[in-house]
Amino acid sequence: MSTLHTVNKSPFSTQSLQSCLNHCKDGDAVLMIEDGVYGALTNSNMSKQVQTKAGNVTIYVLSPDADARGLIGDKLLGEVIAVDYAGFVKLVTKHDRTQNWL
Amino acid sequence: MSETKKFLYVNRKAPYGTIYALEALEVVLIGAAFEQDVSLAFLDDGVFQLTKGQNTNGIGIKNFSPTFRALGDFEVTKLFVEKESLEERGLTADDLQEIMYEDEDDDWEEKPSIKLVSRAEMADVMADQDVVLSF
Amino acid sequence: MAYDVNGTTVEHDEEGYITTLSDWTKELAGVIATAEEIDMNEEHWAVVNFLREYYEEYQIAPAVRVLIKSIKKSMGPEIGNNKYMYELFPYGPAKQACKIAGLPKPTGCV
Repeated sequence: MSTLHTVNKSPFSTQSLQSCLNHCKDGDAVLMIEDGVYGALTNSNMSKQVQTKAGNVTIYVLSPDADARGLIGDKLLGEVIAVDYAGFVKLVTKHDRTQNWL
Repeated sequence: MSETKKFLYVNRKAPYGTIYALEALEVVLIGAAFEQDVSLAFLDDGVFQLTKGQNTNGIGIKNFSPTFRALGDFEVTKLFVEKESLEERGLTADDLQEIMYEDEDDDWEEKPSIKLVSRAEMADVMADQDVVLSF
Repeated sequence: MAYDVNGTTVEHDEEGYITTLSDWTKELAGVIATAEEIDMNEEHWAVVNFLREYYEEYQIAPAVRVLIKSIKKSMGPEIGNNKYMYELFPYGPAKQACKIAGLPKPTGCV
């Protein structure tokens, strides 16, 4: 049993990502979408925490949203996996439930 | 003759996730017609508006980041960006677009519009205005 | 509502601005100009081409002042001035020339 968590807010303006990371279980997946993709930035105040968590949960970023915001190449954490819209759908079907951290 | 006032547009939101950033830019462009003393402040997630390399093809939203480079043509030449906000987000000045304007008082020399300021200096910029519009 | 360009239709809004910017062609510009009762000459084209180039770069139409400065540089002061722009485009260079250039209605134009 596992959960897909989605986060759509910037971690620098709300506690959504923080709270999501505090509550997700080993084996879960976290997908950053919309302004949530800023959680995948390198060298930010959040980077370390996301990197550490990536050992236990798989962290994804929706690439159209990352591209829109210029998060490409070395701006993105190596631990984070980029998926497209089809990949998003696959993640939804793969997990038992989806929880949205608004 | 009406007197010129100092207007500050405060940008604290990332682009695309909400409509605030685009709305602010449109108000700035419309407001430019009134020939006031305009400054823009970028702090908190607002600094993300100015980053390089934005490509919105995949999300079906217009990429308005190139429009910041046209602000000089509208005589909007003061873009204050807060250093601490950049640092918290792992960004440096190199991650921002180059935005230039031609200084008509200095033989149309090209000068940078972006001015990096500390949080304390940003507070001074804010306190120095007649009108502050927040987005 | 649509323009007819040699048998193909191009959608436009109630004021005549095309709805899909990538629909624009030189032929379409001619059709819109005819609808606006403008006979396109070299000077009209200079304005339309500048507007398109500027929009391509900045995703916005230029301020009229910027347009005039550029035309003045390329075609001389007798063409690059406010009065002459209104002779070329009687309903205003911003509104009318943008329409022919296939750009959205300029921000702030009522």
